[in-house]
Amino acid sequence: MSEAALSGASEALTMTGRSLRLSRRNVDALITALALPVLLLLIFVYFFGGAIDTGTGTWYVTYVVPGVLLLCAGFGAASTAQAVTEDLKGGIIDRFRSLDIGGTPILAGHVLASTARNLLATSLVFALSFAIGFRPAASPAGWLAAIGLLVAYITALSWLSAAVGLLVRSPEAAGGFTFFISFLPYPSSAFVPTDTMPPWLQGFATCQPVTQVIEAVRGLLLGQPIGATGWVALAWCAGITAVATTAAGLLFRRRVLA
Amino acid sequence: MCPAPGPASGPAPAPPAIRAVGLRKAYRDVEVLRGLDLTVPRGAVHALLGPNGAGKTTAVRILATLTEADAGSATVAGHDVRAERSRVRRAISLTGQFAAVDEMQTGAENLRMMARLTPRAGAGTSRSARTGRAAARARAAELLDRFDLSYAADRLVRTYSGGMRRRLDLAASLVGQPEVIFLDEPTTGLDPRSRQELWTVVRDLSAQGTTVFLTTQYLEEADRLADRISVLDGGTLVAEGTADELKRRVADHRLDVVVTEAAYHRLAPQAAHRTPETRTLGFPTGGGAREVRALLDALDPDGTGIERFALHTATLDDVFLTLTRTTPAPAPAPAGQRAEEPSHV
Repeated sequence: MSEAALSGASEALTMTGRSLRLSRRNVDALITALALPVLLLLIFVYFFGGAIDTGTGTWYVTYVVPGVLLLCAGFGAASTAQAVTEDLKGGIIDRFRSLDIGGTPILAGHVLASTARNLLATSLVFALSFAIGFRPAASPAGWLAAIGLLVAYITALSWLSAAVGLLVRSPEAAGGFTFFISFLPYPSSAFVPTDTMPPWLQGFATCQPVTQVIEAVRGLLLGQPIGATGWVALAWCAGITAVATTAAGLLFRRRVLA
Repeated sequence: MCPAPGPASGPAPAPPAIRAVGLRKAYRDVEVLRGLDLTVPRGAVHALLGPNGAGKTTAVRILATLTEADAGSATVAGHDVRAERSRVRRAISLTGQFAAVDEMQTGAENLRMMARLTPRAGAGTSRSARTGRAAARARAAELLDRFDLSYAADRLVRTYSGGMRRRLDLAASLVGQPEVIFLDEPTTGLDPRSRQELWTVVRDLSAQGTTVFLTTQYLEEADRLADRISVLDGGTLVAEGTADELKRRVADHRLDVVVTEAAYHRLAPQAAHRTPETRTLGFPTGGGAREVRALLDALDPDGTGIERFALHTATLDDVFLTLTRTTPAPAPAPAGQRAEEPSHV
């Protein structure tokens, strides 16, 4: 590895430590980030679950867990946007830049911290879902693949969110983005199979990235064959990450060199 | 007998800490800097003095490599701000108007983080030589002690007072032992005691040979701290010199006259000072009896306009007002369209 890359990695680690400390102390946001997945899981399983026939012959909890995971990952990752706007509001970015630290380590710190936060929430959802009857049938490789895909999804959304944080001018606007991203799993196969939706929605719901990721994660956890879905899902995540990191790089330069 | 002109003997003189030539910058169509020239020798304390919107922050951001000038060139610590940005950044620190510390970290955590991100002393330009954990801890402790913040080291910055926060901010900027320090309005919003403390810090830094470049709206601050003062108004320098030189450039007395309503409107455009509520106008003068009498006659030939007068010794504020008023406005901008500096959020 080149010297610059090594130095960038060490800066990114310091930045991640910072972001983690900041998120640990933002108690309100942390409680929300952990309580929301738990509440959503319980709501879907016990409030709606009884009335939903997914046509898979399994209890609803088995169907919905991947959906809840992605819904919460989206919500958690989108909070990166707020963290970035908060940074830009104060003078800290200028201080970092005058220490000759580039945009990438600063943003990567937020993204890595977001991934760590989300994995914590994910573990909580898994633990609770086991307690209420979720019985996955995945092989160890399937587990690894499912978790890897979740990490890829969280990373992609966190970078997207970081780019949005650089684009919008206020934490409030960043909050709007969080809402939008949280909404995306509803028109997907997260909670009900897409073939139960009206035809005009089915096209979008079946093809959109959230559905691809959910179908792949669900298949992997239940030990079912997933065909090419896993690769399609991974390609979506890689594509979103590539576009988002490029956009974030450009926006950072535009934003800070003004 | 003249020695033949030849190559200068001895080592080449060190370049000045800051040299700027013809810096220009516009945001959309508002020209914020209109050709700024500056030279600051090494080890000096230099103040850039000007009202809000004069272009002070923009000048500092260009010199600190955070913004690029549209035209002109500048070197800081001998390095070009455009071509050698990294080298400049290694040699400087910037403390801006917005505190650059995290509210939700403790003072010690903030300093340790900055230390970790700072190149090890003596590491040259090697980028991988960031400071290690133990060294960062030691440096943070040292700075907390120096800025009287040890007692609050493990408290969240959120609980700090304005003065403590500013001290921590300054401490954070000194982690890397910079050669040139930029302070953008360091005492704005501070109470008098915190301001005094900050002045002491600046004097200490200067005593250790660090070059300090500060912007301020307060003449008193520039007068107390700076070796030289550049007065910036409407994006150009309107005066430069030591505080004493600047005071000498304008009349050392001011004649205040209370005038009638009619005379107020006639004379106001010529006055250096205006207080409409009391219909008082101030005019610079040398203060001699003959001079004052002549001035009174010139202002009020038929002896009906002036009701009362008083003579004062000129203050630095008079100097400032006189200097910043002698330039024609950049464009006769309607109210509210003054060349506001962007807030850089």
